[in-house]
Amino acid sequence: MKRITGILLVFTLVFAACSKDDEGGSINPNNFDRQGMLANWADNIIIPAFSNFKNSTQDLEDKTTAFTSDPSEANLAELRAAFETAYLDFQTVSMFEIGKAMEINFRHFLNTYPADASAIEANIAGDYDLTSVNAYDQQGFPALDYMINGLGETDAEIAAKYASEDYKTYLENLASRINSLTAEVNSSWQGDFRDQFVNNTSSSSTGSIDKFTNDYIMYFEKFIRSGKIGFPAGAFTGTPSPGNVEAYYSEDFSRALYIKALESVQDFFNGKHFGSSETGKSFSQYINYMQPAMETENLASQINAQFDAIISQAETLNESLAAQVQNDNSKMLAAFDELQKAVVLLKVDMIQVLYIGVDYVDSDGD
Amino acid sequence: MSAKLNKYLKSYTEAAPLAVFRICFGVMMFISVVRFWLNGWIEKLYITPKFFFSYYGFEWVKPLGNYTYLIFAICGIAALLVAVGYKYRISILVFFLSFTYIELMDKTTYLNHYYFISILSFLMIFLPASAYFSLDAWKNRKNAFQKIPAWSIDAIKLLMATVYFYAGIAKVNSDWLLRAMPLKIWLPAQYDLPFLGNLMQQEWLHYAFSWSGMLYDLLIPFFLLWRRTRFVAFLVVIIFHVLTRILFPIGMFPYIMIVSALIFFSPGFHHRILNFISRLFHINKSVFDNGKKLVYNGIKRKAILAILAVFFIVQILFPWRYLLYPGELFWTEEGFRFSWRVMLMEKVGYAQFIVEDKDSGKRFYIDNGQYLTPFQEKQMSTQPDFILQYAHFLAEEFREKGHENIEVHVENFVALNGRRSRKYIDPEADLLEYEDSFRHKTFILPFNDEIKGI
Repeated sequence: MKRITGILLVFTLVFAACSKDDEGGSINPNNFDRQGMLANWADNIIIPAFSNFKNSTQDLEDKTTAFTSDPSEANLAELRAAFETAYLDFQTVSMFEIGKAMEINFRHFLNTYPADASAIEANIAGDYDLTSVNAYDQQGFPALDYMINGLGETDAEIAAKYASEDYKTYLENLASRINSLTAEVNSSWQGDFRDQFVNNTSSSSTGSIDKFTNDYIMYFEKFIRSGKIGFPAGAFTGTPSPGNVEAYYSEDFSRALYIKALESVQDFFNGKHFGSSETGKSFSQYINYMQPAMETENLASQINAQFDAIISQAETLNESLAAQVQNDNSKMLAAFDELQKAVVLLKVDMIQVLYIGVDYVDSDGD
Repeated sequence: MSAKLNKYLKSYTEAAPLAVFRICFGVMMFISVVRFWLNGWIEKLYITPKFFFSYYGFEWVKPLGNYTYLIFAICGIAALLVAVGYKYRISILVFFLSFTYIELMDKTTYLNHYYFISILSFLMIFLPASAYFSLDAWKNRKNAFQKIPAWSIDAIKLLMATVYFYAGIAKVNSDWLLRAMPLKIWLPAQYDLPFLGNLMQQEWLHYAFSWSGMLYDLLIPFFLLWRRTRFVAFLVVIIFHVLTRILFPIGMFPYIMIVSALIFFSPGFHHRILNFISRLFHINKSVFDNGKKLVYNGIKRKAILAILAVFFIVQILFPWRYLLYPGELFWTEEGFRFSWRVMLMEKVGYAQFIVEDKDSGKRFYIDNGQYLTPFQEKQMSTQPDFILQYAHFLAEEFREKGHENIEVHVENFVALNGRRSRKYIDPEADLLEYEDSFRHKTFILPFNDEIKGI
């Protein structure tokens, strides 16, 4: 900092300030339509994504019953296909952990991995309560993955397990629980919650934008960066653990889930309508509105470029992230580094430009 | 000059303004403590966290588990006793010690305003604030005085003037005046304010607020001191602080500043306030109007004046200590605290710590949420002294897990006043090689920009 005597500086500043006016205002005087952004999020992205996911979980339940009533290898293959579709579709809704989903711990019940195989086996043999918070890792997609891919070496072996009523019941319970939890979240969006969400345009920490932005960034940092890449790569323990990958028993499926989640996050950022190429009001437009003009670099395009970089790095990974960890973990760590760059852009730059408060910090400032 | 000074030091004035100040201060502080308690902040800020950030040299000051509530209780009771003027000297001392202890427990919660309360209550230990209209004076008429040395009231005015004026000087910088930062970030976020929401989006308003905020801070003490502008200045004080209360989450402080500004008014005004209070509580005010002057004996007077002189010299010089550090003040924050730099910065940071075991070659990325509250994490990630302290804490944690030979690094990004984020701490630096001290922290990377200003 240059030390200049006070009065001289004040005069200089007055002059400088006057001459700067000519460059024109940076912030668009028209208020950004925040409610319009919330409506676009709800009507064109979140609600269609959930209703699509609901169809998949219904199909998953149907294919499960078909399999348990006739545990053939052909039905197992059908069930697997339904499982993969539903699991991929889950990646398009998992970031929306707000409202009902948050209330019922949707993400934890549907996708806590790795699944606890021995607890699952104990459940099958005895009593269990899937609604307990201690049962996160005994249900959802990871448990289903174990039940249809991890019970034996070959499909015949797996199908043979379902001669047992206990296995049948457990599998049915898993599928129907996924479907019923999804139905619950889906119907809350179809009902009152949509309006509640869209009308809550408050700028406080309880407002929809503030709350959701925190959740969105947290999802990216904790559930994509740490969950899908960091834990299996051993970033937090120093010891790689391939057993921590998502969909461990499916073998060649974890990369697809990772990429689907990344694409969903990027599409959301750009306000891209679910299942269409149309776009609407979004983070990227909101950033452009709020970003001070003196910053020449466009933050929204920088974030998009980083998302692109992450996805193209992801495409170089093995289809099985577990195999990637075992064969060349450095590529997993490279993925982590790419994700990390996006975390900085979202958590520091975007948060500052949008001036979103950090979760639950409500003490005084000065 | 010295004759003039001598004459001033021997001049006397009505004690009423100081008595009103004491009452208001005590009541406000009591409300503050109760509010803090009711908001659940004692629990959230001092009980829940697993780790606390200490001020350099005050590492021994820690929350005391559930006894922390006791400190707050003591502080609140002391504030009430100050208000009524019961055993004043002990009460204000207890208030100063308990309040300051609370502030020292965790620097995460540092606010200029809290520091102001701390030093103001320290100053009040040496002022005869219970000479008039207090329980002490009521019970012991020998110690009741209607008049007190003029300096004992002017000391408070001087402290308030210093706070405002220095806050004003700090705003004379290019980010504040030429970029309207950080108001340009803060105000548009108030889009949902009734009537004002749209206005808050206007760029001219950000500049208008920046410039008038600077002028307000620089000039208000003088307009309050001058009798002819005092009333209008006080209206401006009210408008300014109410506005800040609406726009920013600053709790009790606007009210405290408004009430404190009353000290600038004439004794007659304060007598009217006290008359009102007397009627309300059926107090016989005439008992205090005894015309007596409080005259200190030689040694006591010299001692108090010496303490006040040292106090103000420190207050006036301390905010300039940043000149002794290289680098940009807003970036390094070396010498930033305790210098009345109020609401000057919007800083957001992200700190990914990495603990490296040199023996096994293992690297551990740290999830800060395991050790810090979101509030602590937010403060930690933009301030180097926090980062250093946290690094040492992490090292301890990992040593306990059996990792002997370790290094701690941090990948740290900070965005300041709307600028794009950039690397803050040298990721190559092993933070364990540094101890906290008042010396410049060489592991801070340069800012690569310039904020012009004093």
